[in-house]
Amino acid sequence: MSDKKIAISVENLEKTFGDRKVLDDVTLDVCKGEIFVIMGGSGSGKSTLLRMMTGAIKPDAGKIFFEDNDLSGLNAEEHEKIKRRFGMSFQSAALLDFLTVEENVSLPLKEHTKLSQKVISIIAKMKLNLVGLQGFEDYLPSMLSGGMKKRVGLARAIAMDPEVIFYDEPTAGLDPVVCAVVDKLILDLTQKLNLTSVVVTHNMESVFRIADRVAMLYQGRLLEVGTKDEIKNTSNAIVQQFIKGEIDGPISSRED
Amino acid sequence: MLNNFFENIGNIVIQWMNVFVGFSRLSFETGYWIIMGPIKKKSLNMPSFFEQMVFMGIHSIVIVFFVTFFTGIVLAMQSAPQLAQMGAVFYVAGLVTVSICRELGPVLTSLVIAGKIGAAITAEIGSMKVNEQIEALDTMGINPIRYLVVPKFLALVIMLPCLTIVGDASGILGGYVIGIFNLKINSGLYVQTALKFLELKDIYTGLSKSFVFAMIIALVGAYQGLKTRGGAVGVGKATTTSVVVSFILIILADCFLTGIYFFSDY
Repeated sequence: MSDKKIAISVENLEKTFGDRKVLDDVTLDVCKGEIFVIMGGSGSGKSTLLRMMTGAIKPDAGKIFFEDNDLSGLNAEEHEKIKRRFGMSFQSAALLDFLTVEENVSLPLKEHTKLSQKVISIIAKMKLNLVGLQGFEDYLPSMLSGGMKKRVGLARAIAMDPEVIFYDEPTAGLDPVVCAVVDKLILDLTQKLNLTSVVVTHNMESVFRIADRVAMLYQGRLLEVGTKDEIKNTSNAIVQQFIKGEIDGPISSRED
Repeated sequence: MLNNFFENIGNIVIQWMNVFVGFSRLSFETGYWIIMGPIKKKSLNMPSFFEQMVFMGIHSIVIVFFVTFFTGIVLAMQSAPQLAQMGAVFYVAGLVTVSICRELGPVLTSLVIAGKIGAAITAEIGSMKVNEQIEALDTMGINPIRYLVVPKFLALVIMLPCLTIVGDASGILGGYVIGIFNLKINSGLYVQTALKFLELKDIYTGLSKSFVFAMIIALVGAYQGLKTRGGAVGVGKATTTSVVVSFILIILADCFLTGIYFFSDY
């Protein structure tokens, strides 16, 4: 890891919602070109951490750097420019339901580039091809299955050729086969397009299928960061219980 | 006990301040993108704009017609006996025409549209909010206010005055139908009396009111939509709040504007 360049650096991040401390002194680095998985139970703060990395939520304390840019110190215009270098795949796919599949994928291109409609349409078809969805251009999102929606969301996320993609629960609510398909897609895209991927998930199979490195969040704190083998063989009882999905252990009395 | 009381009052004040600041911010940003959009070469979302104009305008003509037409009829029927006592039934023409153009046309049309379109704006934006679509736009670097709110705002600001003209005309027609067929007023006399009482000012103040009401409906609808939380129940609540708040603000604005138009001269 030490010889790799750092894409995103998170330093001493803190966030409180109401009386609840969602993130407490979280520090981690995401290297360029890796698939970095953040895992943790519901309410562990992993989605909040992901949204802070994209700049959607501002931290109460701490800093987030993308390359040399401190995300919390940017003005709206600078922030918008940085956002174009990010792609995000949402848990619910978050496709605009009044637009067709192709229009959804074309949207960022239409809004941010001066390309002609014809070129945009070709790019959108290419991106849909990459996620294996050629022939569905004119479908509305409501006509697609959950897995297909996720893939369209992914095609939209890579439409602007981003450097980093954030995935929020990419396999939640999908059957095991489709899960494997989406995981393979994440691996393929990361390698083919030379992307950095940050994935939030609590699907253990996914974690060990795709991750280069894994971070475990528990009650807002970072418990452990390491390669998947390091995580698998850790002596930390909470991490062990979590990855094995056991009922008895230090997590059993948790309220979330 | 006393502490609690003050704490509650403080909380309520803070809540209202938050609403005020949030609403002002949305209004400002909407205005900003209407002016700065063309300058920054961020073009208006044209398909959405035209679609909204059809949805808000053309598809609302029937309901606006029914509400104002029958109000015109009721107004004529209600006022006729009193005027008949003074032997001046034909004044129904003036009464109906002026009250429709000044007041009932714009206000009733706007209330109908607040119920129909204001609710639709909130429900649409609200369900987009709870389904992460607003966040998705934001993450793509697309300002949701510019992309979603501005086309709706402009469409309504253009279409509501047009609908008010339809409302005015249907209300006047309602009065005319009763005047001619029920009260047996001569058609020429009816039109003549109506025109004698109606001033141009009645029409343009009515239309300028509807312009303000359109801004209220669009902004309240968008504001409630954008701050929706908590799934389908949240969308339902936000939609109800949107309609109620629009109704209240429309009536308040009507009172205020009528005060300005008709009492500032005297």
